[in-house]
Amino acid sequence: MQLAYIARRFAVFLLIVWLAATLNFFLPKLSGQDPVRAKLLQSAQLGGYVHAGLEDMVKEYDKRFGLDKPLWQQYLTYLRDTSRLDFNYSIANYPRTVREMVAEAVPWTVGLLGITTLLSFAIGTLLGALLAWPGAPRWMRWLMPPLWALHAIPFFLLGLILTYLLAFQIPLLPIFGGYTAGAIPSLSIGFVWDVVSHALLPALSIVLVATGGWALGMRGMMVTTMGEDYVTFAEAKGLSSSTIFLRYCLRNAILPQTTALALALGQILSGAVLVEVIFGYPGIGALLFQAIRENDYFLIQGIVFTVIVALGLATLILDVMYPWLDPRISYRRA
Amino acid sequence: MLGYLRRNVSLSIGILLLSLLALFIAIGSLTVDTDLARPLSVRALQPPSWDNLFGTDRQGRDLLAAMVAGTPLTLKIGFIAGFLGVGIGTVLAFIAGYYRGLTDTVIRGIADIGLTVPGLLVLIIIAVSVRGGLTVNEMALVVASLAWLNPTRTIRAQVLTLRERGYVEVARLNGMSGPEIILREMMPNLLPYLAATLVNAVSAAILASVGLEVLGLGPLESPTLGMTLYWINFNAAILNGWWWWWVAPTVIILIVFLGLFFLTVGLDEIANPRLRQAA
Repeated sequence: MQLAYIARRFAVFLLIVWLAATLNFFLPKLSGQDPVRAKLLQSAQLGGYVHAGLEDMVKEYDKRFGLDKPLWQQYLTYLRDTSRLDFNYSIANYPRTVREMVAEAVPWTVGLLGITTLLSFAIGTLLGALLAWPGAPRWMRWLMPPLWALHAIPFFLLGLILTYLLAFQIPLLPIFGGYTAGAIPSLSIGFVWDVVSHALLPALSIVLVATGGWALGMRGMMVTTMGEDYVTFAEAKGLSSSTIFLRYCLRNAILPQTTALALALGQILSGAVLVEVIFGYPGIGALLFQAIRENDYFLIQGIVFTVIVALGLATLILDVMYPWLDPRISYRRA
Repeated sequence: MLGYLRRNVSLSIGILLLSLLALFIAIGSLTVDTDLARPLSVRALQPPSWDNLFGTDRQGRDLLAAMVAGTPLTLKIGFIAGFLGVGIGTVLAFIAGYYRGLTDTVIRGIADIGLTVPGLLVLIIIAVSVRGGLTVNEMALVVASLAWLNPTRTIRAQVLTLRERGYVEVARLNGMSGPEIILREMMPNLLPYLAATLVNAVSAAILASVGLEVLGLGPLESPTLGMTLYWINFNAAILNGWWWWWVAPTVIILIVFLGLFFLTVGLDEIANPRLRQAA
């Protein structure tokens, strides 16, 4: 049964990948725009030089990128290339390939997002559980309103405010880039601290907002769980309150949180993209921003495809892990 | 009414914040010349003074005028996209949840898959594809293209529980037709829930539109809040110490999101009385 579930879930993943690729291919075609021509025209105008030879250049580039073939053939070629993670050359940064540029940016985003998501999920879940727990210290009640308010703010807006407070007013932290310009990447303590300190502000703006969301969700689940009969029974048995809190309430209330995590990944990433733009953090978001500015179609498509696939993979892993977290769920179809 | 508002604190906070905003727009549009929101209409980069209450930006726009002209535009994008999203979502949710069958499988499948994909990125692909300068209305349509996913999913879940209720059963036995049951029996009971969903959708749509605008995919000529943020980021206003430039739009966006958030929470409480115990 387990295998059938995983196979079905994997089929959904493949469907997502195929849809993303197809969307990526056809949407720009629908608009009837010609990215190569547009880019060449733009450069030509920048150079104060137009017309002569432009048509020939467009033709040559079209041949180079395979844009002169019939549409279905282009589509098949596109699918084949995409399945090999070959996203063609960057239009604006020729001869660099899109794959190369994306590969450079991915570790930054994965690092920033992985750490902040885990942190905010862990802190938020624990905090939310304590907020609903009658035995928690009283001062914790005061945390609720600020958590609610923070939760409603977009990541990047908090980023702006934090920049002003912690980088401009009190110049504590650096605010631009992934490390000090000119620093040589190495494994020395100095460089590691440099990277960490550059990541602190973007990370803080994500963690502060996201923690509130997880805490609110967890608190709601805890309230429901604490009303369950088995909790009353555990109390009647005289189990210690920490056992009831950890093994009875928290353990059960955390399950919907994990489902929510799988669903929220996409939103978190959308928010993080903007945080990177605000802080000029050298990840996927900043690269995307650059690609949009430079009208670099292939780069935009490559980034969007990579991200959708990566997120699809992350949700796949979470979904497959879920029955392991919750033994009540068998892999069988409901 | 007042007594209820006192009990439902979130709802009152939400209404209060949004009324403040409405008041600002109303008074502003009566007293401020919104022509000054165009570039080169005032001296550039002046801190707040009696002539320019909110100061001016680098392109020579009066920021008070830009806020008065831009806030309604941003809200408009949110409302159009939100209404379209919830409208389409409600129809799909009823078709899927009430009639079940293959249509349900398809609709639910699309919504479920669509929700795991990062919305902003798909919107970017769409926005880039239809480029050539989006107008505010086109912007709303772009955002609306994904805004129905979440409402469809959540309303469908509600419809599923509603259709098993006794009164729906009775109506069915009385020979009421499907559309009639949906409109006359189920809809009225879902209204508070739909209202909460709508507010949520408007907030999500504003967030998405501001996101696109910060990335530079918005209507470049319009003074929407997101475009102002784009120029702030573009000119590194924070590091240059031009604080008045970013304070006004930040505060207004904060009020918009906080107001809509508390309104949703308050409406949720009306729709789902069980939440009251938890609060």
